Amino acid sequence: MTATPATLRAPLVVEFPFTRSLGPVQAAFLTGLRERTVLGVRTEGGQVLVPPVEYDPETAAELRELVEVDATGTVTTWAWNPDPRPGQPLDTPFAWVLVRLDGADTALLHALDAPGPEHVRTGMRVRVRWAAERTGAITDIACFEPYDSERDAAPARPHDGLFDEPVTGIVAAARLDYTYSPGRAQTDYLHALAEHKTVGERCPSCSKVYVPPRGACPTCGVATTEPVEVGPRGTVTTFCIVNIKAKNLDIEVPYVYAHIALDGAGLALHGRIGGIPYDQVRMGLRVEPVWSEDGRYPDHYRPTGEPDADYDTYKELL
Amino acid sequence: MSRDPSRDVAIVAFAQSDSLRRTDDLSEVEMLMPVLHDVLRQTGLKTSDIGFTCSGSSDYLAGRAFSFTMALDGVGAWPPISESHVEMDGAWALYEAWVKILTGETDTALVYSYGKSSPGSVRDVLTRQLDPYYLAPLWPDSVALAALQAQALIDAGETDEPALAGIAARSRDAAVGNPHAQLRGARPQGDHVVAPLRQGDCPPIGDGAAAVILAAGDRARELCERPAWIRGMDHRIEAHSLGVRDLTDSPSTRLAARRAGAFDGAPFDTAELHAPFTSQEVVLRKALKLDETVRVNPSGGALAANPVMAAGLIRLGEAAAGIHRGESDRALAHATSGPCLQQNLVAVLEGEPHVR
Repeated sequence: MTATPATLRAPLVVEFPFTRSLGPVQAAFLTGLRERTVLGVRTEGGQVLVPPVEYDPETAAELRELVEVDATGTVTTWAWNPDPRPGQPLDTPFAWVLVRLDGADTALLHALDAPGPEHVRTGMRVRVRWAAERTGAITDIACFEPYDSERDAAPARPHDGLFDEPVTGIVAAARLDYTYSPGRAQTDYLHALAEHKTVGERCPSCSKVYVPPRGACPTCGVATTEPVEVGPRGTVTTFCIVNIKAKNLDIEVPYVYAHIALDGAGLALHGRIGGIPYDQVRMGLRVEPVWSEDGRYPDHYRPTGEPDADYDTYKELL
Repeated sequence: MSRDPSRDVAIVAFAQSDSLRRTDDLSEVEMLMPVLHDVLRQTGLKTSDIGFTCSGSSDYLAGRAFSFTMALDGVGAWPPISESHVEMDGAWALYEAWVKILTGETDTALVYSYGKSSPGSVRDVLTRQLDPYYLAPLWPDSVALAALQAQALIDAGETDEPALAGIAARSRDAAVGNPHAQLRGARPQGDHVVAPLRQGDCPPIGDGAAAVILAAGDRARELCERPAWIRGMDHRIEAHSLGVRDLTDSPSTRLAARRAGAFDGAPFDTAELHAPFTSQEVVLRKALKLDETVRVNPSGGALAANPVMAAGLIRLGEAAAGIHRGESDRALAHATSGPCLQQNLVAVLEGEPHVR
C-alpha cells in the first residue's frame, strides 16, 4: 500500500470587468462626482435620496427630479476598520461611515480618514475629499474627512443633471482569489493521469465506470470508490470538424474533436484526433492516446490501425 | 398563500454535515452525499421516490459557474428529475419546495444546500452581492457592514459590547450539545475585527451542507412519527441601499413573521434565528417580539456554525428536529441573506400533541 497522495490544490483567480450601463439618474450622479458635484433625487414624498436611485424604494415610483446637495454632512453610524482589505478606499486604518450629506435625507456609505477610533463618533461633521483623478465612479470620492463646522441648513437645490461628456457606463472590475481543490476523486484521477494512466471509478450500484470520476454516480446518487483503469485504447463514438482557429491555440484547422469511449469506460471522454486526415475520421475508429513530453494529459488520440469497432459495441456510449 | 395553506406540509427529516474550517479533500458533491443519504435513510425514501428536488448554493463561493450542476450527481439526476435551484441559502429552496407541494403537484420534496467558504475569502466574496454602482467598488466586507449596524444599535441604546459578548457566550455554550457545530464552548471575545464587532461577535468561517425532506398530509405521518408542520412561511426584502434603512430595526422580518402567523396562536418555546453576528440577534429579537421565555438557538446558531448558503436551512432543520424529538411543540425558524439582514424568511413550525 502506498500512502494516499495529498489532495491537489491550485490557485484559481476569477477576474471580471463587467461593463454596466447607467440610467439617467445614476449617470447624472456619477458624472456629477467627476465634476465635484453631489446630486440626489427627490421622491414624491419630498425626501432627498443620496445616493440617488431611479425608483422610490418605498413606492417604486420612477424618480427623475435631480437636486444638488452639499459635499459636507453628518455621520449617522460608523465602524472602525483596523485592518483594511484589498480594494477598500484607504490602505491605512479608517472608519466605515454612513454619511447624511447636508440637504439629503438618506445616507451614503464610504470611508472616513481619521487618525483613530477615538476621533470618530456618530453625529460628527465630515466633508468629501475628492480623488485627484476622477472618472465618474463612486471612488471619485476618495473618502470623507473630519470637517469642523456646524451644519448650514442649506436645502437641496434643483439641478438639471446635465454635464458635458456625461458618463454613460462604468466598468465594475473585480478580482477574487481562490485556492481550488478538486476533492478526492478528481485528485486520484489527475495523479494517475500524470503517470499516463486513465483511472475511472465504478458505481457499486449500477457498475458503470465513470471517467473522469467525480466521486458520485449521477444515476444512483451514491459514492463511486472502486478505481478501474480504462483504455488506453478507445473508440470514436462521435466527432465534429473544427474549422475556426481558436485564439492562442497552436493547432492547424481543420481538425477533429471527438468523443472517445476508452475500453472499459462507461461513458465517453473528449479529445482531439490527430495522425489521420480530418476527413477520414469516422465513428467506430479505434484510437490511442499520444502523450507529449512531460504532458499531464494526452495531447491527442491517433488511429491504432485496428479494424473499426462494431456500432453495437459503442452505441450505448454515444 | 402564506397563511392557512390549502395543504398540510411538514418537515419530516433533517440532516447536516459537521461544519469544518476546511474540507479540501472533498469536492462539493463528496461533502453533500453523506447528508443526502442520511436524510433519505431517516424516511426510508429513495431519490426516485422524491417528487421535487430543490437546492441552494452560490457560484461565488465556489469561484465556478454553474457549480450546482456537479452537486446534482449526489441526488441521482439521471434519468431526469423535477429539480430547481436558488442562488441563495437553502431556506429559500425550502420555500420553493413548500410552494410546489402546496400546488398539489407533488407530495414529497428533497431540499438541500451547501457551501464551501474555505476556497476563497468569504468576507471579500460577499462584497460581490452588493450594489455594483455605489457599494461593490468600495469592497465593504460583510463584517464591516454588520459593524455599522452594531454601532447604530449601540448609539440607540439597544445593546452594548458586554451584552453582545453575552450573546456570543450563550450561543457557543449551547453549541456544546451540537456535535455538528464548529465553535463549541467558552472562548475569548478577542480583538475588534471591525469595531464594535470583535472576533467573538462574528461567525466562524466554514464548509458544510444540510438537507431536509418535506411531505404533505398523510404522507408526512407515514414518514415521520411526529412531523414538524409548517403552519406558515413568508419572506420579505428591504431596500438595497443601507443608507435608506433603519439598521436598528428589521421591518422585513416583522412583516414576514406576521404573514407567517408568528404573532397569532400559542407562544413559541423555541426560536432558531439566523443571526451570523451577535448584534443581529438583538435586531431579530425585537422584530419578532421574542422574550426571555423563548429558547433562542439551542443549537448554538450561526455563531457556532455558519456554512454560507446552508446556515439558514439548518435553522429550519434544527427547529423541526426539536419537534421531531418531542423537545419543542411550537418553534419559529428564521433565515437571512444579504448585508445587515436585508432579506428575511420566517417559518412557524408545530408538532401535534403526543399520542401514546
